[in-house]
Parts: sequence; structure tokens; C-alpha cells
Amino acid sequence: MTLGLLAQAGDGVAPIDTPGVAWSALSPILVLIGGAIVLLVVGALAPRRSRIGWHAMLTVAVAGGTIAAVVPLWDRVHDDGPYSAVASAVGVDGFSLFVTVVIAVAVAIAALLTDGYLRREGLEGPEPYVLMLLSAAGAVMMASANDLIVMFLGLEIMSIAVYVLAGLHLRRRRSGEAAVKYFVLGSFSSAFFLYGVALVYGATGSTNLVRIARFLAANTLADQGLLIAGFALLLVGFGFKVAAVPFHSWTPDVYQGSPSPIVAFMASGVKAGGFAGLLRVFVATFGTYRLDWQPVVYGIAVLSLVVGAVLAVVQTDVKRMLAYSSINHAGFILIGVQAATDEGVTAALFYLAAYTFMVAGAFGVVTVVGRRGDGHHHLDDYQGLARRQPLLALVFAIFLLAQAGVPLTSGFLAKFYVVEAAIEARSFWLALVAMVSAVVSAFLYLRIVLVMYAGAGDGADTDPAAGRPRLAVPAAAAIALVVAVAATIGIGLVPDPLTRTARDATPELVAASD
Amino acid sequence: MILAATPISASWYLGLSALLFTVGAVGLLVRRNPLVMFMCVELMLNAVNLTFVTFARELDDVGGQVVVFFVLVVAAAEVVIGLGIIVGILRRRPGATADDLSLLKG
Amino acid sequence: MVELTWVIPALPLLGFLLLLAFGRRLGDPLAGWLATATVGGSFAATVVVFLGLRGADGGDAHRYTQTLFTWLPAGGFSVDVGFLVDPLSITMCLFVTGTAALIHLYSIGYMHGDEGFSRFFVYMNLFVFSMLVLVLGDNLLLTFLGWEGVGACSYFLIAFWHTKEANASAGKKAFVTNRIGDWGYLVAILLTFFALGSITYTDIFAGAGGLATTTATAIAVLLVIGAIGKSAQLPLYVWLPDAMAGPTPVSALIHAATMVTAGVYLLTRMNPVIAQASPWVSTTIAVVGAATALFAATVAVAQHDIKRVLAYSTVSQLGYMFLAVGSGAYVAAIFHMVTHAFFKALLFLGSGSVIHGMGGEQDMRRMGGLRALMPVTAATFIVGWLAIAGVPPFSGFWSKDEVLLFAWEKHPLLWAVGLVTALLTAFYMGRLVFLTFFGEPRWRRAGTHPGGEAEQSAAEVADDGGGATSTATAVTAVAAEQEVHPHESPWTMTVPLVVLAGLSLLGGVINLSFLSRLQVLEHWLEPVVEAGEHHLDSSSGVKLGLAVVATVASLVGIGLASVLYLRRSAADRPAEPDILLEGWHYDQAVSAFAGGPGRRFFDATTWFDRHIVDGAVNGVAALIRGLGGVARGLQSGYVRSYALGVAAGAVVLVAVFVLRGVAL
Repeated sequence: MTLGLLAQAGDGVAPIDTPGVAWSALSPILVLIGGAIVLLVVGALAPRRSRIGWHAMLTVAVAGGTIAAVVPLWDRVHDDGPYSAVASAVGVDGFSLFVTVVIAVAVAIAALLTDGYLRREGLEGPEPYVLMLLSAAGAVMMASANDLIVMFLGLEIMSIAVYVLAGLHLRRRRSGEAAVKYFVLGSFSSAFFLYGVALVYGATGSTNLVRIARFLAANTLADQGLLIAGFALLLVGFGFKVAAVPFHSWTPDVYQGSPSPIVAFMASGVKAGGFAGLLRVFVATFGTYRLDWQPVVYGIAVLSLVVGAVLAVVQTDVKRMLAYSSINHAGFILIGVQAATDEGVTAALFYLAAYTFMVAGAFGVVTVVGRRGDGHHHLDDYQGLARRQPLLALVFAIFLLAQAGVPLTSGFLAKFYVVEAAIEARSFWLALVAMVSAVVSAFLYLRIVLVMYAGAGDGADTDPAAGRPRLAVPAAAAIALVVAVAATIGIGLVPDPLTRTARDATPELVAASD
Repeated sequence: MILAATPISASWYLGLSALLFTVGAVGLLVRRNPLVMFMCVELMLNAVNLTFVTFARELDDVGGQVVVFFVLVVAAAEVVIGLGIIVGILRRRPGATADDLSLLKG
Repeated sequence: MVELTWVIPALPLLGFLLLLAFGRRLGDPLAGWLATATVGGSFAATVVVFLGLRGADGGDAHRYTQTLFTWLPAGGFSVDVGFLVDPLSITMCLFVTGTAALIHLYSIGYMHGDEGFSRFFVYMNLFVFSMLVLVLGDNLLLTFLGWEGVGACSYFLIAFWHTKEANASAGKKAFVTNRIGDWGYLVAILLTFFALGSITYTDIFAGAGGLATTTATAIAVLLVIGAIGKSAQLPLYVWLPDAMAGPTPVSALIHAATMVTAGVYLLTRMNPVIAQASPWVSTTIAVVGAATALFAATVAVAQHDIKRVLAYSTVSQLGYMFLAVGSGAYVAAIFHMVTHAFFKALLFLGSGSVIHGMGGEQDMRRMGGLRALMPVTAATFIVGWLAIAGVPPFSGFWSKDEVLLFAWEKHPLLWAVGLVTALLTAFYMGRLVFLTFFGEPRWRRAGTHPGGEAEQSAAEVADDGGGATSTATAVTAVAAEQEVHPHESPWTMTVPLVVLAGLSLLGGVINLSFLSRLQVLEHWLEPVVEAGEHHLDSSSGVKLGLAVVATVASLVGIGLASVLYLRRSAADRPAEPDILLEGWHYDQAVSAFAGGPGRRFFDATTWFDRHIVDGAVNGVAALIRGLGGVARGLQSGYVRSYALGVAAGAVVLVAVFVLRGVAL
């Protein structure tokens, strides 16, 4: 209404059309944000501490609601094809819906892990859950953005909430340090991203992805400088969010310092949001200029694969190891991006979905092993875990082996599909580097597994870990771990449904009909 | 007046905003006070705003000007969160510089 | 009856799952019996399927594919989980399940009293399952799954007693070297897929003839790399001798009879592709095989650890199989694989029985004269020895003779290397047998007790050894006292020995080379290997001549060993106290025999093994660590240096983009 008034007031300016808002198209985002607000309000009124973790339950319910909101949209997209809403600013296609579900799952698992963590650390309140839901809303926004500004807003909503989450554990110095580092570097890279948006806007005359794509397809730019520099700066922003080398330096420090269940969300949900944006902008929108950006993504992928694997091997802190390994995984997903084909996108989506369970589960175990204070993450803390808690060790071993890409787990297929996509796209050397890096990083996962299983057969007197108390696995965390293991093995055995779904989920840019 | 005769073209504004962006980026790299570093980020964002406005005028497109409002809101949100985080650290460790925060490394 | 194929791998899988769930509750020895029963049942199912396949006739009747479900839909193709039953796979299954069942039975006795008893059988059943998946898989990827599965079980079992640092590092070494091979295999799968559009064996057999030579060569070379890693050939053999750190039944089953032959199986399976490749590929296979055979045999001569002798011997015999494959003698390779499975499993189990009886002692210099105390072990071991030495009519003679015959046709030099290896084999195995079972008992001096007491305890032992039912608890008690009382093993251990001895003696009958009618295995396998099989054109006179020469070589080897180790110890029998020193005399005798240079050569090969080959593996790992250490320095912890990294990255990115844009 205000805009309408302004339009009438201005002379000679065409009246601004306020876009119709298709609420149904936004329903996943609305459920997440609405759930966050409800949680915040109710949390302020209800007692802060309770024996049943209803904050976590409510968060899981909101995540479930998000997935439920996706179902009718998916059906509609499946029947009538993808569509766009809110003046072509938000796209509803298989791609955005697929990533939405992945993010919702990441939220649910992380929330279940957070419950036990907050109790153990004596923290309280619904705020972590609220922030997680808001962050997820931002990630979903990135996945469905059809406009670079919406993409930027999604990126900021996602990131700002996670900056706070990183510093959640106020009493721990490391948590605070992680938050500052993440915040400073994150806002730094966001500025680059925004500058990239500005340059692309200047070169193409629009921030809308649909219009940019049409413009690029229809016109040959006499001077590509602006556009190309814009690509580079956008890539900096995305590269930072997905933790790709050389924009990875925050990852190990932030992952190590942040509360473990939050890292579970960062490594799964935030990463999924970042990759969704990357795929949407580069593959779907800048597809006609792929020859310009493919070599650069190629280089970033190679660096991520190598640096992630090599640096992970020399770590002794398990959280840091997993942080570096997540850089390595980012490299693998970038292989799918680099291919810039439907196979590549499908492979990247499959990888994201499979990786969400693996990494969230792995950090779930890390949460439990960290014990009170969240500080027991050295490799030694895992010594002989198999003997003390065989089930927990087995679960962790499954996550690690899946990340290593052992057959019959989802990780194997994920790696298989990206490498296949790379080979189909004739990137043989990249495929080779990927395989070598998989071998190197297998060392690291095997190292943790060996440490857990070492000393399982000998007498108690020689075991340095003999006197340690049994680790308590909260019921909620146990549920999360079981779900993650079931998904990791299940996808590995019967990948067909996920593969088919991922194949239906390539991004398509469609202008709004309204 | 020669200056008045030469019209200030869009590339001057673009150059200025690029310069401001660089000043912000370099400032973040060389300053040690977390608050000043954060101000540098704000400078970078505003430099981008200038770019947006310039392009909006060049392209005769109101979209670019609207973007500025979004960016301002985002910057405000970043300020709230950033100050919260930085002040939280400074209260526990008065006078801490960015370089003092190097517990996590390797 | 072939429809029962799925039962063959399902039973060990069932055993694995049951043991995983209830193993601890079942305990010792019930868990072992359950494991043995499932593998035995698997063997029975294999026999049923085998008979069904035999009974069928008609063109493609000896090939049957059972598809369970579609596993991997990828791009334009899909990978099924299905089993291919044909003469080759069912032959493999027969000896895999057969020897596995016997070794499981043996393990009940061997592992008795071990803390990880049920865990051991969990891994063993999982191993048998993976091995059967490897053998029965109807496509390259499923075989690869089994390939990785047996590898994983092998690492677990090598490091079964993780308490020993050496075991853990041996497990790691096996992992690293195998990865190199796996890489070759994986790329071969991808290449095959792009060349033929399918990775199912039946499609590969059908399409191999149309492959371009370069493509076929590339696939073949990559497969050979994979096979070299798995089957422990030069230069990737290093892991196998160290793998002997695991329990002895593991060495017998995995590192002698079954898993290590997977490489040979894979090459035989893919023989149409190798036939299509450039001739230099098969020549390379033959040369690698011959070189490995000779090299490992020379190393075996200088070993003191009974299991290490057998380990190097395994490497050497696998070299024979490679030599056979390279000479186009696929049937001979499989034939030798089967007989080798019999006699090498027998030898390993026998050595396990010895180690068991000696309370964990593995050094042959502290054995001797065990023949009287462990009659069953000694008798069966001697059968195994004669079989591996190639003395007619033991099984090893027939298969080795086949291999040498084909090697002769490939190139006389290859034959000569094979012959020298045969001589060395007979020699070092003779040395092993004489040092262990004959001569003066040197274990009495292992303890620090005065002579009289040692004599007395030996007398007790002799009584004990008479009744073959002594228990393992006695062993642990004895070991605790630092006193060695050799004794015969329980029946669960000796029965498999006797059965395997029978098979080692008679195993040759499946392919008697002197009459075409009696070459049962050859006719049976013919449809599978017809594409790659070399057809002999030597006259029967040449065949006979070669057989005689090989036999003579074996006998010479045995004779040399007896001169050096048997006679000498007999002469010194009059109970000179310092028998340990006598042990060194033997070694000096070896030096004198081979001359200074010979001794140094043996030492040099050992040194090469320990420093160069090991060093290369460790070197790569060290390089990665070094790189990581340097790169770690960049992760300084200062947020400003990270920001600098991000900014520098941004500048580089912009520069690269813009420069490329300009160049375009």
C-alpha cells in the first residue's frame, strides 16, 4: 500500500506494480520462520528448563512440517512443471524442494543432538533452536532464490544465525573465538558476494536470475569484464560458504571451536544451502558462460580435494580432522558442479543428501564423546571406544567408512556418481585427483577407526582409557544417530529412490506468469 | 572551470566505489581492533551500495536503488549480531585484539 | 538345482549376522561350531549346484545367471546384484567353501581359549561371504565389492591381536598396498563401461572380440595392476609376509588358499579381454610372475620364522600362477590354484599346529625333532611338503608340470626361471621340514632350566604327545612357565590336516596331463577360457622330458636340503650342549654351500624387501605427512591472515577470470 502511495506521488514515474504473493510457494520458508517465532514466544512464556526436551521436539515437528509443506509443491511441480512466484523472485522447482528437504533433515538431526548437549552443558532456552530454524529458512531461501538479492538475503539470514550459534557456548573461550572468526570472515566474504551481485547487475541490467539467463543467452557482450569479475566475486562468496580452498581457512577453527551439534548443522545444512546457491547461480543461470567459469571451479575443486585430504591426515583433534575432511567433501561436490551437466547436478544433490546424514551423524558421535565441557575431542579420547561402548564405536565407524567411500554405504555411491559425472564431462584428470584424494583421506578415517578398535582385546591394565566413565548417550541423540545410520546404510543398499528423486531435481529457471 | 565542463561519468562513481571497497578490505587486513575491522566491513558494504546506485541510474532501473535498502537492513542486522559477539569477547578479555584470538589453529 | 546358488553366499552371511548378534553369548566353542556349520552348509550347497550344472547339457547350459535385484541405476545402465554360475566360478566356490569349512573346523581348536573367539569367527564368516560374492558376482562391480570385502576382513584379521604393534602396522601396510591395486581395478571398471557400455561378464565375453587393441590393452593393464596388488606380486607383494602377524588359520585361509588368488581369478575371468590386448601384456604378466616366483623363493631360503617361509613360498607360488596366466595357460593357473590351496592350507595349518604345540614359538631354530611328538602333524606336513616340492604323484607335481610346460612354449627362459624356482622351493621346504620335524630337539634349550629337569619334562611331553587329546589350556599354562612342551593338537585340528593331506596327495587327478581323456578340469573349464587359452603344440616327448627335468630338479632340491640340514644334524646328534650354536653352523653351511656371494644375495633380497619396497610405501605416507605439516603452518590461527587468504583468493580469481576473458 505504501508503495502504491509513493507511486501515485511521483510524477512521470510509472506506477509500481506490487507483486502478488503466492503464499503456497513460500510455505516451506514460512513454516520454518513461523515455527521459529512460535518457539521463541512460547519459550519466553513457558518454564526455561523441563525434563522433556520439548524445544527439540517442537523443532523436529517444524522440520517435519517443512517437509510436509514440500510434498504438495513437489506434486504440483511434478504435474505442471516448475513455476516461479513473487515477481519471479522465488522459484519452485524440483531442485529447491529437494534441497529444502535435505536442510529440514539436517535441522531435525541437529536439534535432536542439541537437546542432550544443552542439558549436559547447563545451557538453556529455546534460542539455539530458534536460530537454527531461522538459519535453515535462509538456506532454503538460497535454494529457491530466483533473484540475486533474494539469494544475498538468504545467505545473510543463514549466516548471521550461524554466527551466533557458533558462539553459543559463552563460557568456552574457543566457542567465542570461533564466533568472532566466523563472523569477521563471513561478513568479509559476504561483501565480496554483494559486490559480485552489483557487477552482474551492472553488466546484465537485472538481478533476476531468469532475466539474467535470458539476457546472456540472447546477447553477446562486447565487454565481458564486469560480468566476468562478477562471476569471480560471486564465487568467492559461495566458495566461502561451502568451505572450498582457498576460502576454507575458517572451517577448521570454527568447526573445532563451535558446539558440536551446531557443527553438525553447519556441515550439513549450511553447506547444502551454499551449494544450492552455487548450483542455481552458476549452472542454471550462467550456464551459457560455463567455458569461462568451469576451469576456475575445476581448480578450486582440485585444491579442495588435495588440501582437505592432506591437512586432515596430520591432525590429532577429531573435530579438526572432520573439518578438513569436510573441505575434501566440498571438493567432491564441486566436481559435480564443475561438470555443469544434469548428471553433475544430480550427483551433487545425491552427495549433499548422503553427506548430510554421514556428517551430522559423525558430529553426533563427537558430541557424545566430547563429554561435559565439549573438550574431549583428541584422538586419544577415542582410544578403545569399541570396547567400552561397542555400539557407539560401530555407529561412528559406519559414518567414517561411509565418508571414506566404502561400498554398500551411501558415501560410496555419492563418490561414484560425482566421478562418473566428471568422466562423462571429460574431466579425466579431475576424476583421477578425486580418486587419489579419496585414497589419502581414507587413511584418516581408518586411523580413527583403528584407534577406536585398538586395545579392544587386551587386558584392562594396559588400557589408558580404562578408568573413563561410560559415556551417556541421550535418548534424543540416540534417535538421531539411528536415523542417520539407517539412512547411510539404506541409501547405500537401495539408492534407487534417492537417485531418481535427485534426477527429477535439476534447477529450472521459469519466470512468473503473474 | 574545466572541472565543471567535464561531466562526471558513471565510471567515476564506479571507480570511487571500487576504491572504497578496497580501502575497506585493506583496512580489515591491517587493523587489529575487532570493532574497527567490523567498521571496515560496513565500509565495503556501502561501497557496493554506491555501485548499485550508479548502475541503477545508468540503466534507468529502480531495482538497483531498492537493493540499497535491503543491504542497509542486512548491514544493520550484521551490526547487531557483530557487536554482540565482539562485545561478548571484549567483556571477558578487555582490550583483546583480533590477533589475541588464536587459540584455534593448525 | 542351480537355483540354489543364492544359498551359497547366504549361509555364511547368516552365520555372520547370527554371530554378530549372539556370538558373545554362544561363546567358545559354540560360536565356532555355528560358523563351521554355515560354511559347511555352503559347501554342501555348492556341491548341489555343481552337480546341477554338470548334469545340464546343451550350448550355454554350463552358464547360469541368477539376478537378485537391481542395485545401482546409474546414467544409462544399471548394475544388478546377480550371480554367475559357470565352470570357473563353481570350481572356485568348491575349493573356497571346502577349504574354508576345514579351516573353520581347525580354528575351533586353534582359537580355543582366545579372548576374541567369537569375534574371530564373525570376521571369518564375513570373509567367506565376501569371497563368495567376489567369485560368484556376475559383474565387475559386484566382484569389486567382494574384493574390497575380503580386503577389509583381511585387515581386521591381520590386526586381530592388535595388542602387538607389528600386527597393527601390518594391517595398515596391507591396506596401503592393496589400495594401489584397487585403484587399477576401479579405473578398469570405468574403462570397460565406456568401451562396452556394460560391466556384466556375459556382455564382456560377448563384446570383448570387438574391442580395439589399445582399449583392451589399457583395461588389461589396469586389471593386472589390481591383480598384482591382491595377489602379492612384485612390486606390491610387501604386505603378504607381514600379514602373517594374524592368527595362523587366517594365514591359511586368506593369505594362502583364497583371497590372494583373487587376482589370478580376475585375470582368468577377463581372459577374453587379455586375449584382445597387445601381446606384451601377457608377456609382462608372465615376466612379473616368473620374477616374483624366483625372488620370493630366494628370500624364503633365508627366513627363520616358519610362517615367513610359508608366506614367501605363497608369494612364489602365486608367481607361478601369474606365469601360467601370462603363458595363456588359464586352466593350468586354476589347476595350480586349486592344488596350491590344498597343500598350502595344509602347510599353514600344519605350521599352526606346530606353533600351537610349541606354545607360540615360530622360530625354526628352536624346533627340531618334533616328528615323534606330533606324528599326525608331521606326517601330513610331509605330504604337503612333497606336494609343493613337485614330487610325483603328489598334486603339486601335476599342476606345476602344466605351468612349466606352457612356460616352455612361451619362452624357454621363463621355463628356466620356473625350474630354478622349483628347485629352490624343494630346497627351502626341505630345510623347513628338516629343521622342524627332524634332527635334534632344540626347544629344550629354550628354557633356562638345568639339563636334568628338561629331560624329565621332555619325557612327560612324550607321554602327552602319545595321546592326541591334550588341550590348549595346557599350552597356555606351559607358555606361562616359559617352558616348551610340544604336543599333538586336538582332533578338531588334526582332522582338517588329514583331509587336506589326502587332497594334496590326490588332488592331481582332476587334471592328469598324460591322457587327454583324463584332463577333466581342462574340458570342464574350456568354455570359459577358450578365448585366451594357448594351445599346446609340443610333442609328447618334449612333455615327458620337461616333466622328468622338473622332477629331477625337485629331487635335487630335497637332496641338497637333506645334505645340509638332515645329515649334519644327525652327525651332531651326540648331545653337544650348545645346540643353538649348531643352528648357526647350519647357516654357515648354507653360506659355504652358496658361497659368500650367494649368501649375500639372499641377504640382499631380504634387504631390498625391507628397505626399498617397504621404504617406498612408507615414503609416500611420509611425504603426505610432510606436506600436511608445512601446510598446517598457513593455518596460523590469526583471523587477519585468514582474511588475507580470502582476499588473495578473490584477487586471484578475478585476475584469472578477467585474463581468460581477455584471452578468449
